[in-house]
Amino acid sequence: MADHTEAVAEAVAGEASKGFAIHPMEQFEIHPLFGGDALNWYTPTNVTLWMGLVIVSVVLLMVIGARGRAMVPSRSQSMAEMTYGFIHKMIVDVTGKEGLKYFPYIMTVFLFILFANLLGLIPYSYTVTSQIAVTGVLALAVFLAVTAIGFIKNGPSFIKLFWVSSAPAALRPVLFLIELISYFVRPVSHSIRLGGNMMAGHAVVKVFAGFAGALGLGAVFPILAIVGVYGLELLVAVIQAYVFTILTVVYLNDALHPSH
Amino acid sequence: MEGDIAVMGQMIGAGLASIGMGGAGIGVGLVAGNFLSGALRNPAAAGAQTATLFIGIAFAEALGIFSFLVALLLMFAV
Repeated sequence: MADHTEAVAEAVAGEASKGFAIHPMEQFEIHPLFGGDALNWYTPTNVTLWMGLVIVSVVLLMVIGARGRAMVPSRSQSMAEMTYGFIHKMIVDVTGKEGLKYFPYIMTVFLFILFANLLGLIPYSYTVTSQIAVTGVLALAVFLAVTAIGFIKNGPSFIKLFWVSSAPAALRPVLFLIELISYFVRPVSHSIRLGGNMMAGHAVVKVFAGFAGALGLGAVFPILAIVGVYGLELLVAVIQAYVFTILTVVYLNDALHPSH
Repeated sequence: MEGDIAVMGQMIGAGLASIGMGGAGIGVGLVAGNFLSGALRNPAAAGAQTATLFIGIAFAEALGIFSFLVALLLMFAV
């Protein structure tokens, strides 16, 4: 196992010395902030730093936005109000009024992911959401909460979620199995969708940066490509935050109204 | 020598795994294309369905991301 990993690392590094000056996956490495290479669970790392910055920027947006409370909103106030209204409308559209009880959590998740994605696009910054560990915890929290809410609200009849009563009777056990599997795959796909998207996009930018380093004067073309990909990444950053949030709301709706 | 063959297998496997991303591309294209053709028939109803559009795209895309992940695992984690 270890041999193989080293051989792969060598093969990749050998390629790097020929053409790529920049390794595309290097940006996802985790370093301790203060000296040493030891990583323990309490070590402050670059992930910790950028997570803290994400929370600071979320707090700044909402605190500065809510400070004025002007009748005619300033720019920061309308940003905060629009974000609030956006999530509010999303929840009401999907679950109806009863989902609003969970508004604070959903708003927090949305803002955290949105700012983590956007801050990650700053050059030399670190994308917190590219770590499967971070998105995995976010998705697992949603999964456990939704399952708990489903059983608390509906009792044992929450199982009806998997029993498709509109299907022909002979098919129902098969569908039950499929629904059950798809329910437990949810946290996996929920977390990997966000983490994979962020990782893939940033790796693409780095690959083009490697081309630019190798081409000399022809570097104009990869740099133009980077500009295009960066624009796309900006779009993906917002869309993935939206997708993660709306899937959270859709799962919540399943827990609140389980019958098909 | 043996190590080289293993590395070759890993790299070929990673390349094969990334074919799956093409499937996700087809899926996302189908979702978006069908949404557009439906939206042009009835533009008034289109606005309310954008959430469904994004959910559909996300489900189709997730499978492509899985194959990307398999490729990454083959290259860096096996």
